[in-house]
Amino acid sequence: MSNFFAMGGYGFYVWTSYGVFLLVLLIDALAPMLRRRRVIALLRGRYRRDVGRGSRA
Amino acid sequence: MNKLTLWFHQFGSPPTFYRVAGLLMPWCYGIGALLGAIALYGGLVLAPADYQQGDAFRIIFIHVPTAWMSLFIYFFMAVNAFISLVWRIKISETLAMASAPIGAAFTFICLVTGSLWGKPMWGTWWTWDARLTSELVLLFLYLGVIGLNNAIEDRRQAARAAAFLALIGVVNVPIVHFSVNWWNTLHQGSTVRLLGPSAITADMLWPLLMMMVATKFWYFGSLFSRSRLAVLELESGKDWVRRIALGASNS
Repeated sequence: MSNFFAMGGYGFYVWTSYGVFLLVLLIDALAPMLRRRRVIALLRGRYRRDVGRGSRA
Repeated sequence: MNKLTLWFHQFGSPPTFYRVAGLLMPWCYGIGALLGAIALYGGLVLAPADYQQGDAFRIIFIHVPTAWMSLFIYFFMAVNAFISLVWRIKISETLAMASAPIGAAFTFICLVTGSLWGKPMWGTWWTWDARLTSELVLLFLYLGVIGLNNAIEDRRQAARAAAFLALIGVVNVPIVHFSVNWWNTLHQGSTVRLLGPSAITADMLWPLLMMMVATKFWYFGSLFSRSRLAVLELESGKDWVRRIALGASNS
């Protein structure tokens, strides 16, 4: 098993590469999901305000 | 209208696009993750070590697929930029702009893994040779498109300007691809060839090709996720967006 992680002495290069790959793609997937929450909350607030103004008028 | 044009028009309408992209997105992510996991297992565990490079060659299973994606996404972005500039199709504009950050991510991974591979094999993290430099230019093009798109207040105008830049930058795509043939570079030539036999054994080839398919699926998952959101923002004055924002849970 430790042989597997050593990667014939190239462990640092191989595992850093795979780490960067997984991390960047994970961020790529999470970023729009988090932004979506913000956008929906923003739009919801805006629509509710619009409705509120409408009823007072 | 024939069936195809009809389908195209329907898919091009923002509410339909939003719905269909929402249905496809989890499948793209799921298939991408599953195939990616199998390919990683094949590349890290099953494939034998290279006779010259030992285990360091295993970086190929992410370096090469991300390099292919960096070009594929740029091409996809440029085609959509062209369609949006000529026919003013809103969805193409959205797809082009949503592609830029994903392309930048893949290009970044390609450059970093290349650097991590270059250090033990070439003895240097970086060299200004044709392949590396043109790939770096590709990253700057992606960043330029993102920057320009964010710099202009009006969404439609911003997208048009950025689409124009994306379209001009497409000349760099064949330069990246053919750089290893056109110039003497430190970077090795193509290992996998469409025409003729590939210079790689089968137990190394299948994880590579599977990872190529996996990254494509992942890209389309991310593309749908981002473009749906962009459509919501672009159409925020419309009733269908209002219904979604007020009705749906925060997912």
